[in-house]
Amino acid sequence: MNQLHFPILSLITFLPLAGAILIAFINEKNENFIRYFTFGILVIDFIISLPLFFAFDPSTYHMQFVERMPWIKSLGFQYYVGVDGISLFLVLLTTFLTPIAQLSTWKAVNKKVKLFNIVILFMQTGMLGVFISLDMFLFYVFWEVQLIPMYLMIGIWGGPNRVFATMKFFLYTFAGSVLMMVAIMALYFLNHHYTGVYTSDMVKLMSTPLPAHIQLWLFLAFFVAFAIKVPMWPFHTWLPWAHVEAPTAGSVLLAGVLLKMGTYGFLRFNLPMFPDMTHAFAVLVIVLAIIGIFYGAFVAMVQPDIKKLVAYSSVSHLGYSMLGMFALTQVGMEGSILQMLNHGISTGALFLAVGIVYERRHTRLISEYGGLASLVPVFATFFMIFTLSSIAVPGTNGFVGEFMILLGAFLSHPVYGIIVAFGGLFSAVYMLTMYKRVVFLKVTNPKNLELEDMSKREWAYMVPLVLFVFWIGLYPNTFLSKMRVSVEHLLKQTNRTVQVSMTSKQIQPVKTVVVKKG
Amino acid sequence: MMSVILLFVVLAPLTGFLINGLFGKWTKPYAGVIASLALATSFILGLFPIMSVLNGHIVEYTYYTWLPFKEVSVPFGLRVDALSAVMLFVVTFVSTMIHIYSIGYMHGDKGYSRFFAYLNLFVTSMLLLVLGNSYLLMFVGWEGVGLCSYLLIGFWYEKDTASDAGEKAFVVNRIGDAGFIIGVLFIIYHFGSATYADVFPRAHQVLNTTSATIIGLALFLGAMGKSAQFPLYIWLTDAMEGPTPVSSLIHAATMVTAGVYMVARSNAIYSMAPIAQEVVASIGAFTAFYAATMALTHKDIKRILAYSTLSQLGYMFIGVGVGAYWTGMFHLMTHAFFKGLLFLGAGAIMHSMRGLLSIDLMGGLKKYMPQTAALMIIASLAISGIPPFAGFFSKDAILAHALEFGHPYIWIVGEITAFLTAFYMFRFVFSVFYGEEKVPGLYHELHTHEAPSVMTIPMWVLGIMSIIGGLVGLHIGGVIPFKHLVTQIAPSTPIADKAEYPESLLIGISVTMGLLGIFSAWIIYIKKLITAEKIAKTFKPIYTLLANTYYVDEFVYCCIVKPFWWISTNLLWKIVDVEIIDKGGVDGTGWVAGRIGYLLRFLQTGFINNYAYWISFGIIVLSGWYIVKII
Repeated sequence: MNQLHFPILSLITFLPLAGAILIAFINEKNENFIRYFTFGILVIDFIISLPLFFAFDPSTYHMQFVERMPWIKSLGFQYYVGVDGISLFLVLLTTFLTPIAQLSTWKAVNKKVKLFNIVILFMQTGMLGVFISLDMFLFYVFWEVQLIPMYLMIGIWGGPNRVFATMKFFLYTFAGSVLMMVAIMALYFLNHHYTGVYTSDMVKLMSTPLPAHIQLWLFLAFFVAFAIKVPMWPFHTWLPWAHVEAPTAGSVLLAGVLLKMGTYGFLRFNLPMFPDMTHAFAVLVIVLAIIGIFYGAFVAMVQPDIKKLVAYSSVSHLGYSMLGMFALTQVGMEGSILQMLNHGISTGALFLAVGIVYERRHTRLISEYGGLASLVPVFATFFMIFTLSSIAVPGTNGFVGEFMILLGAFLSHPVYGIIVAFGGLFSAVYMLTMYKRVVFLKVTNPKNLELEDMSKREWAYMVPLVLFVFWIGLYPNTFLSKMRVSVEHLLKQTNRTVQVSMTSKQIQPVKTVVVKKG
Repeated sequence: MMSVILLFVVLAPLTGFLINGLFGKWTKPYAGVIASLALATSFILGLFPIMSVLNGHIVEYTYYTWLPFKEVSVPFGLRVDALSAVMLFVVTFVSTMIHIYSIGYMHGDKGYSRFFAYLNLFVTSMLLLVLGNSYLLMFVGWEGVGLCSYLLIGFWYEKDTASDAGEKAFVVNRIGDAGFIIGVLFIIYHFGSATYADVFPRAHQVLNTTSATIIGLALFLGAMGKSAQFPLYIWLTDAMEGPTPVSSLIHAATMVTAGVYMVARSNAIYSMAPIAQEVVASIGAFTAFYAATMALTHKDIKRILAYSTLSQLGYMFIGVGVGAYWTGMFHLMTHAFFKGLLFLGAGAIMHSMRGLLSIDLMGGLKKYMPQTAALMIIASLAISGIPPFAGFFSKDAILAHALEFGHPYIWIVGEITAFLTAFYMFRFVFSVFYGEEKVPGLYHELHTHEAPSVMTIPMWVLGIMSIIGGLVGLHIGGVIPFKHLVTQIAPSTPIADKAEYPESLLIGISVTMGLLGIFSAWIIYIKKLITAEKIAKTFKPIYTLLANTYYVDEFVYCCIVKPFWWISTNLLWKIVDVEIIDKGGVDGTGWVAGRIGYLLRFLQTGFINNYAYWISFGIIVLSGWYIVKII
């Protein structure tokens, strides 16, 4: 179904690529022009992506804005793209966050500006491609394509240890990718074995899952690939390195969008295609997620480096997302998707905030700061808002997402909810301790005295983020109403071939609620 | 029409917050006036729904669906019934007074507009807490007031003690919040809704004793955090680092009583769970006594009042814990008047003493600050439970009900605490306002003088309320008006065999306890028949223990905080994360791959004959395997 009768998804995805090609012809001395031009393209891309939101039909789980044409006919590969309620907001998050990230680099990146902007545009194409692909080989191509720009971004514009970090990032995620490649091929052939058709159409694969005994290894291979990307504990050790060394824009996109590919992958592959294994492994995944929530918080608490702290907090936040997903309840799953958006917004914003002071002081050590509240009050205020959003204070987006996940986990099994309810305590500890040491207290380092408060450009990219913090916090229905049907459908797919013993446990609480309501 | 009025009760302070928060740079000279006007608007608008409630209605409006989940849908709705009407009145009334007071108190502070912005935000959150029509909206307010408390305790953020105290308050409260959230999750699980109107009428059908006990205890964990009950009280005394109006408004009159309100609000659940009630009442009684002992030895005027607040909150929990919810609410209201006043008085003293806090530096202040002295004596008489001051009625109601509802031990603890309360309050009064100047010439040097009228007028208003505020607890024509009002929504737990005691006897005992406390203080601090130093020497171990507040802070720091930090740094981060997972698991994988490659290298020799051996070896093995299979 394509209600716009117009290849809007392709346009959104490939416009940045076209822009990158155009920039290649501009003389690299015109740095400012390149910046404006890139920003312009990204903003136009965002504007073009808005019809997705307005024309989206929330009453169907079918893919929308679909474009479909054969790619490699003999093998059954297609150029098949479309979005549903699950990927819609990830596409919008990407088009929303990339211009913001680019805007943050106008001053920070002075070296190889032309190449940098080409890389950003290229990355935008890669990221969007992952979220819109409905053919698994196409998905794989985009999945790998977006690795390259991130590799370049950390490797060229990163900090002092960038080479090590970039190798680690690449090898780590690539190990996962290889497993995924194998699994995709296996899925392709096994599907032929059982159904007699060679297809890489993900929608079709989701609707006809393989027999339970075949699912095990496929599930595990995809699990490792996506768990590394999320990253789930204990596959997370590449993340602190990558974040610390990446330039601000890299961190923002890494946290904001790239990590979501992992969680998105679970929703697209593991849950609908291997429903039996999803139920069999749910407890394991939930345990890992809960470990991640607490472990990430504990380790974040003692980090001397702000970026590392935020990186470990990502482990914790995405633990929530995984927990909500594998709780396999409607509210948990919706919460999981909302948490992905929230994390993109608030963690992205925290990285931007760190970038703002880093740009002025060239250090990320907490101990180098202190007393910023009296020097740069506007910055302190923005930083406070995102800190609060990150620790899920009600009224901000963080609360809605975390509460949904808690509720979903609780309805799946009360113990999960009870344990994780205490997670909020530790996020408050690490965020507020950091905030206190950076923003409150006396100014101890004379170098900070010359800090300038936020410029107009910095205002321009922080304000939209603040708006979303409160929008999602106060009126989440805008977002939830559009996911509902797709999530329902996904849950139906996940619950369809389940053994009896599992079903009663997973579904029962939800049932009691519904019955009593009536 | 009423729906709009009710909405603006909450929106008025929010508007004040936005004006002062966003445009504080320009509104600075008028920030206090703007904030106070916003609050006054809220108070006046709030009278309409209150009138309606007094006429026997329940005012409830739903504005939009805040959280539309499939399993549960949470509306944004406001509700004024008898319980929230009491709170609405107390919160807006006391807040307005304290806002006006702050205009004088905070005058000249460089964060003047920021202060009022936070204060207005606090009242917005508090009103949401009180007026929200579901547990989740209450939680929004609950965390909101916690946030404002954090911001206001750390208002002078350059002082590290203030910043630390703010953080401590937030973090300790989060322990409680986890309990609150767990309670809410159980409620949603059982009822499919968190709205009061859905929950309470059906509580009897849906819950059994076990589930009611679980919910009750989980929610009470939240109350212990917010209302600073043992052992989660540790944040409240540090919270005195905040400006004094904050201590008065947040840490005495309103926010800390939220837990009491919540328990009273959940009466349908607690009345089904005797164990949870017992826990509430026992912890309340213990905290009342425990905190009162710590107030005996402190020299810092604000900390004395802080321990006193803990103790009085304990009384309120006795009231709601034994099942006489209205008595807890009654004490909540009178306490808001007299404890708010005590803190404002302490603020006035600090104001004229340039921030000095120790009672060792004061004495004879009555001469310099006659109005403050008079008001402090009124408030102290009220808290000591001397008739006809407000505290007498409410404290007596709590203790009488504790005894009648079958908790004699709690009653005894309450009476002993009443003695201690009177003693430490009059120790405060006598050593600050009476006697000699302890440091000659200090007042002259500091230009100690009475507070300006912008501060004394709100104090007088609260003073009057401290005198007459208890009269609603008198028997008038066979009913107690306050009881009649509150029990509509929070009926007392029915007790099978109510013990009957003559009322005059109970009153007599309570008043005697109070007078005895005052008399003891008079002997020691005015007559000096026995000096305090001598007592301290005689009971040295006890004195040391009390003066160091039972070493609880030290215990928490060295047995919980420090080990936790150490484990996170040295075990989780440096060993588990860096060594085991990263070096062991990740690099180990790489090392294994490298080793395999290294070994395989020996196979590639470049000599054709070597390869030929391997090929023939392969052929033999494969054909052997094939033959075995055939056989």
